Amino acid sequence: MLKFTAEHEWLKVDGDVATVGITTHAAEQLGDLVFVELPEVGASFDKGGDAATVESVKAASDVYCPLDGEVVEVNQAIVDDPSLVNSDPQGAGWFFKLKLKNKADVEGLLDEAAYKELVG
Amino acid sequence: MDVASDLKKTPLHDLNVSLGARMVPFAGYEMPVQFPAGVLKEHLHTRAAAGLFDVSHMGQVIVRARSGDNADAARALESLVPVDVVGLAEGRQRYALFTAEDGGILDDLMIANRGDHFFVVVNAACKDADLAHMQARIGDSCEVTMLADRALIALQGPRAEAVLAELWGDIAGMRFMDVRACDLHDADCIVSRSGYTGEDGFEISIPADRAETVCRHLLDHPDVMPIGLGARDSLRLEAGLCLYGNDIDTTTTPVEAALEWAIQKVRRTGGDRAGGFPGAGAILGQFASGTARRRVGLKVDGKAPVRPPARLYSDADGKVEIGHVTSGGFGPSVEAPVAMGYVPVALAAPGTPLFAEVRGKYLPVTVAALPFVPNTFKR
Repeated sequence: MLKFTAEHEWLKVDGDVATVGITTHAAEQLGDLVFVELPEVGASFDKGGDAATVESVKAASDVYCPLDGEVVEVNQAIVDDPSLVNSDPQGAGWFFKLKLKNKADVEGLLDEAAYKELVG
Repeated sequence: MDVASDLKKTPLHDLNVSLGARMVPFAGYEMPVQFPAGVLKEHLHTRAAAGLFDVSHMGQVIVRARSGDNADAARALESLVPVDVVGLAEGRQRYALFTAEDGGILDDLMIANRGDHFFVVVNAACKDADLAHMQARIGDSCEVTMLADRALIALQGPRAEAVLAELWGDIAGMRFMDVRACDLHDADCIVSRSGYTGEDGFEISIPADRAETVCRHLLDHPDVMPIGLGARDSLRLEAGLCLYGNDIDTTTTPVEAALEWAIQKVRRTGGDRAGGFPGAGAILGQFASGTARRRVGLKVDGKAPVRPPARLYSDADGKVEIGHVTSGGFGPSVEAPVAMGYVPVALAAPGTPLFAEVRGKYLPVTVAALPFVPNTFKR
C-alpha cells in the first residue's frame, strides 16, 4: 500500500512497518542532492518530527517523520551516494523503515491520486 | 496573489524560460536559479567547457566627466573607492569597492576605462543606492547614468575564448581585465575578459534588443550550456570570491575581508594619492595596525555542507564562539563542502582546526587558503 504526505514523503506500508522516502516531485524540486543525514536505528519520532536532512548544492531541507514510530532500518546507500535519491526517489532512494506506533494512522494519509492532485 | 508581477524581468527572460529555467526572485528580478541540467552539471560544465550566464540584473553605469576630460572622471571615482583609477589605462578594468566613512563596504564593483568615459558594473541589490551615492558625491563633476537598455551576460570557462573567437576574431588578443568594444552579430557590445567563476572568460554588455540573438548564437555552440544563479554561487565560492551582502557588507572593512590586494600602493599610506576615499582613516589605519578578525576559507572535514550563518568555535564542545560562516555549501569541483567566514586573526592561518555548528553538532573544519580551485585567468 503506497501512501503520501502533503510534506512530499511516500510510505510503502507492509504490515506494521512503513518504508519511507521523498517523492519524485520533491526530488525534482530539491535538485542534485550532495548530502543525506539519516536517523539512528532505534530512534523514535512523533509525526512531523525532523527525521532526516537532505542538502542540495544550494540548500538544506528537513525530511519529516510521516507518522509516529520507531526507525528499524536506514538506507546507508543514499548516505554514500546521495544522487540515488535523485535517480530513483521512490525505489532505491528510500530513506528509512519505520515501525508504526499505530497502524491505523495510515488511513489519514493521502493516496496516490490525492497526492498527484496536490502537486498538480 | 501574483508575487511575480512585482519582479522585473531581464531582456533574456523569455529565452531563460524557453530553456526550461526554474525562475526565482533575486534582487527584485525574476532570475534563473537553474536550468534542467541542474546545479551540479552546470557547475562542472563551466569548469570543463563554457557556461553562459544572464547577469542583466546587475547595474551598468556610465560615468562621464562634465569637463570632457576623462581624467576628471578618474579623479572623481577615486574619491569614492580606495583604488587606483587615475592609473587605469584605457581599455583596462579593475575591481573596486565603494567604502563608507567608517571603513565598511557599500558595494563591490568593476570599473573600466573606456577612453572618453568610465563603465562601471555594480551589484543588482545595491544599484539604486550606488547610483544615488555616485550622483550625490560626484554628480557636480560627472554625468552618472544607469544604462536601462542593455543586457549583461557572462561566458565563462576554458572554451569561452574559442567560442567567442568564432563570433569575433579579435578575442584571443585580449588578456585578463581588458575591455573592448566589439560587434557581435551586428550588436554593439562591450566585452571584458573577466568574470565571477575563477575561470577564464568574458562579460559582455549587449543592447537589450539584440541580447537574445547573441545568446542563441552562443548557445548553438556545442560547448556552451546555460547556467543559473545556483552554479554561479558555487563557482564563485570555490574561486574564493566575495558575495556582497554575505562575505562583505557595511560591517566589514576591506582589510578584514582580506581584500588588501584591491587597494593599490598609490592609494595607501605613503602613496602619491594616499587616502582621499571614504573611510580612509579607518582603512589605512588597519593596514598599519591590523584587524581583530579576517575572512578565511574553510574546508569541511566531513560531508555535511556548512552554510551561513553557522557559528564557528575554537573547541569541539561549542564553548568558545570565535566567528561565523558567511558563505558555504558543496563545492562540486572540490567534491567536498567548502565555506568562507570571519575568524580572529590569531586563528586565521591555513591549517588551523576549528569547529562549525550545524544542527546542534560541532563539525571539524580547517582554515584553508583561497581560492579552493586555482584560477585560470589569461594574464
